[in-house]
Amino acid sequence: MILELRGVHRTHGTGETAVHALRGVDLGVAPGELVAVMGPSGSGKSTLLNLAGGLDSPSQGAVLVEGEVLGDLNRKQLARMRRRHVGYVFQDLNLLASLTAVENAALPLELDGMSVRKARKLAEAALDEVGLADLAKRFPDEMSGGQQQRVAIARALVGERRLVLADEPTGALDSATGEAVLRLLRNRVDAGSAGVLVTHEARHAAWADRVVFLRDGVVVDTTSPVGEPEQLLEAKA
Amino acid sequence: MSIRHGLLALLERGPMYGYQLRAAFEESTGATWPLNIGQVYTTLSRLERDGLVRPLPENDGGQRPYELTDLGRAEITVWFVTPISRTDRPRDELAIKLALALTTPGVDVRAVVQTQRTATIQTLQELTRLKSRSDEPGDLSWRLILDAMVFQAESEVRWLDHCEASLVRYRPPDPAAPTTAAPEGADTDDRTEANR
Ligand SMILES: Nc1ncnc2c1ncn2[C@@H]1O[C@H](COP(=O)(O)OP(=O)(O)O)[C@@H](O)[C@H]1O
Ligand SMILES: [Mg+2]
Repeated sequence: MILELRGVHRTHGTGETAVHALRGVDLGVAPGELVAVMGPSGSGKSTLLNLAGGLDSPSQGAVLVEGEVLGDLNRKQLARMRRRHVGYVFQDLNLLASLTAVENAALPLELDGMSVRKARKLAEAALDEVGLADLAKRFPDEMSGGQQQRVAIARALVGERRLVLADEPTGALDSATGEAVLRLLRNRVDAGSAGVLVTHEARHAAWADRVVFLRDGVVVDTTSPVGEPEQLLEAKA
Repeated sequence: MSIRHGLLALLERGPMYGYQLRAAFEESTGATWPLNIGQVYTTLSRLERDGLVRPLPENDGGQRPYELTDLGRAEITVWFVTPISRTDRPRDELAIKLALALTTPGVDVRAVVQTQRTATIQTLQELTRLKSRSDEPGDLSWRLILDAMVFQAESEVRWLDHCEASLVRYRPPDPAAPTTAAPEGADTDDRTEANR
């Protein structure tokens, strides 16, 4: 398992006003597996993703990335883990306006202490992966929304990210561009990473191997792993 | 379905005779499925033959009510927890099933919705898998057929989301309460706000 949540609870606030965002969630994501998380607004999807990425810590239970309990790491180790192994795509892109596409994509690696040259090289490879090799020197405001989103994805995929986390990554995109984003995520996962995708679009969730349904902080159902599609065709015949 | 299942679900509320069943059926399904009394009687006699309902003594008005047997009760329980397959679904069965689930005592409607959502998304996953394998330009007509199925399944999921959001707000009418409508804003369930 690349990612494991064991009996995870997360409560925001205390006493009367406490919000139980997650209440006992167990989840494992293996290499090569993409898991989609669906659920109504407020059901705890983003909380789950933040915990998986070490941006937040559980009130109870444990989160493991590559077998390491995140709660056992010190701040420095945790920051390193996040930059090295975990890639995020959020709805708001957080691209830095003063940096070019390739500089934005290289940023996590440079923050991690990698030499600028080496980081740029990996960033160029990531931009190539998302089909933006030609736009590496453009600034965000010189690109379309879809292109900016692909830069954000390149930044999430740059280097050897074993765990890719995406929170509504297709937010403002038209449906064809949204589908292209899903294909990128799918490709990276097929190459051996683990992925978690939060989405409210059934069509996008359908790219996952498994879909997990959250309601009020609890997993209420899960689709079984997708079988060979031929079965479906036989059923139709 | 199954007028059969519709009638069984209605009898879960208590014994009813033919005309009552017809009226209740039409009320539950919002008159989207008009039923003639002959269909009701034929269906009842088949249900009786299969041991799912049993006739009670005639009342003073000469009407014969029917009640569910244990077998009938088991049958309707299984129906509610079993998702409808996309491959052999008559048009409105799902809508009717949910309408009936809402008014049938003891049915967890959100669970019925979720069971269907899981099954439909599973279908979507399979269709998506097929789509991602057919990238040849010559496959266009096949891809368009797949897309049609994808859009159908997707719209069903949206509709299920809509049903669930409405359910969160839904309060079953309290038979004891006077029939003045509750003001819209009186809803104190804060989950309502959290929903899209
Ligand atoms: N930092 C926070 N402080 C207090 N409550 C929070 C915080 N973050 C999330 N919540 C609450 O936790 C619940 C789950 O939120 P979230 O994980 O963002 O849901 P989702 O992403 O499914 O919409 C919601 O009720 C939300 O209001
Ligand atoms: Mg969210």
